[in-house]
Amino acid sequence: MQAAAVLPSAPGSGGRAQARLVLFLLLAPALVWLLGLIVLPHIDLAVLSLRVRVAPREYAPSLAQYRTFVEEPLYWHTFVRTALMSILATGITLLLAFPIAWTIAKLVRGRAKSLLLVMCLIPFWVSETVRTLGWMILLRESGVLPAVLVQLGITDAPVELLYRDATILVGLVYTSMLFMVVPLISALESLDDSLVEAAYDLGGNGPSILWQIVIPHAAPGILAGCIVVFMLTLGNYLTPTLLGGKNSLWFTEQIYTQFITRFNWEQGAAFGFLLLGLSTAIVWLGLKLTGQKFGEVMRRS
Amino acid sequence: MIASLPRPTWLRAGTVAYALAFFAFLFLPLLVVAVFAFNDAPYPAPPWRGFTLDWFFGGKPGRTGLFADGPLLASLWTSVVVAAWVTVLAVLVGTTNAFLIERARFPGKQALSFLMLAPLVIPGVILGISILAFASRLAQLADSWWGLELDFLRPGLPLVVIGQFSYIVSIATLIITARLKRFDITLEEAAYNLGASRAAVFTTITLPYLKPALVGAAAISFLMSFENFNTTLMLVGSDSPLTVMMYGRMREGATPALNAVSLFLMLASAALALTLLRKPADGAGR
Repeated sequence: MQAAAVLPSAPGSGGRAQARLVLFLLLAPALVWLLGLIVLPHIDLAVLSLRVRVAPREYAPSLAQYRTFVEEPLYWHTFVRTALMSILATGITLLLAFPIAWTIAKLVRGRAKSLLLVMCLIPFWVSETVRTLGWMILLRESGVLPAVLVQLGITDAPVELLYRDATILVGLVYTSMLFMVVPLISALESLDDSLVEAAYDLGGNGPSILWQIVIPHAAPGILAGCIVVFMLTLGNYLTPTLLGGKNSLWFTEQIYTQFITRFNWEQGAAFGFLLLGLSTAIVWLGLKLTGQKFGEVMRRS
Repeated sequence: MIASLPRPTWLRAGTVAYALAFFAFLFLPLLVVAVFAFNDAPYPAPPWRGFTLDWFFGGKPGRTGLFADGPLLASLWTSVVVAAWVTVLAVLVGTTNAFLIERARFPGKQALSFLMLAPLVIPGVILGISILAFASRLAQLADSWWGLELDFLRPGLPLVVIGQFSYIVSIATLIITARLKRFDITLEEAAYNLGASRAAVFTTITLPYLKPALVGAAAISFLMSFENFNTTLMLVGSDSPLTVMMYGRMREGATPALNAVSLFLMLASAALALTLLRKPADGAGR
């Protein structure tokens, strides 16, 4: 490695040798972390997913795990279902978050503004487990909402609102909300009000201003929010399994089953890679579509 | 429409109504969790049977409150210990990373700082299984080559700390780098010109400047570790942190003692949030 200047060197200090030492000391933790905890484990996981046990403690390279995934409908159905539900959840989150982000960024001022922003943040300082517990108390057959529905005379007997696909979606949208609202607010705040005023003066109306001025300007923020929400939804485990019960059919659950319950690490590793592939592909596609840099998006969100 | 433009009454009313509905949606789950911590019934469900503090202080069989529930308290403590380790490690490594990105020049720096963000886009479950598999391979190798029994590489708390650290440090790095980027380097140069040693400059100039970011990064790291579920679930051994313990009980149908511990968590995070927001530290919050 080339010698490199590090830090403004103190006058009279040992010069190059010391600079190298400092560089080494700074580089060591980063390399241990990135190689030891990220790169090598993932290479190991890839190797694991590409082998098959032929005899006790003997393995041969094989694509059998990926073949199982394609041939077993349960597995790829679950995969497709997880992807589609995640896209749906991302879309709903965007639709619900946008008006609030607009209100906070453009309509309210001063104390009210910071109050609303903090109110958006507070629920997400609480663990996802607690929030899911809240939804379970609200939605289960003996819970609050079914009781309210009976009181109002809408249903005769309490209905079970848990363990449905719609319940999973509600939980996922709820959990993701913050990660959409925050990038949207910062994108909308950077929109100059006079642009909207000018468009209005030139005869634009609500929808046309929204489509031609606001959305193009906010696109990077919208995209950042969507990417983060999609990733988090795809990789979520807690919300689908608790709110969806046995019918949740979420892909992370399959990974857990293979890895921890069945101890079939080869199959679990293959599933893990498929999920990682999908997640990475969506992130990459999103960045390509809008020509943004990964680092910028991560910093923004 | 923006505030300076005329808005029809229906739109104003609609905005207010929507905001009310939105915040009801946000707070309703938290509200019911808090309310049913005080309901005098064996399950957190309506109807309301009267106020009780049993789910905090009760010790009767079938009515074990939070403070009499040994396993629950133990898991709470486990979470605190894990989060403390993760916080210390993440802030330390986050700081060295920030200096590496901002101050050092070396070939491959671009790629390295790109790689530092990668853990944020890897689903937590996959981070968990990859570290689990790799650690178990290392343990196997150590066993067959040197006959060493490396217990910390088996599922358990050390592995949970390592797993959570692997992505939380990315966030700590982002927060600390953002502040270090805005540091005026001439301050350090002035101190050197005045004859200060490197250590003195670091402790009296650079570190105090970075302090808000370090505090912010520590708070975020602690919270993210405390709340982590996905990665933890894959790496956990016999001692469960709180999230995993709560998950197990929620599947079986839990008593309101779980509401009590949740209320406790809400108050703790609200306190943490308010202290951080009162003096707005750079980089605190997301």
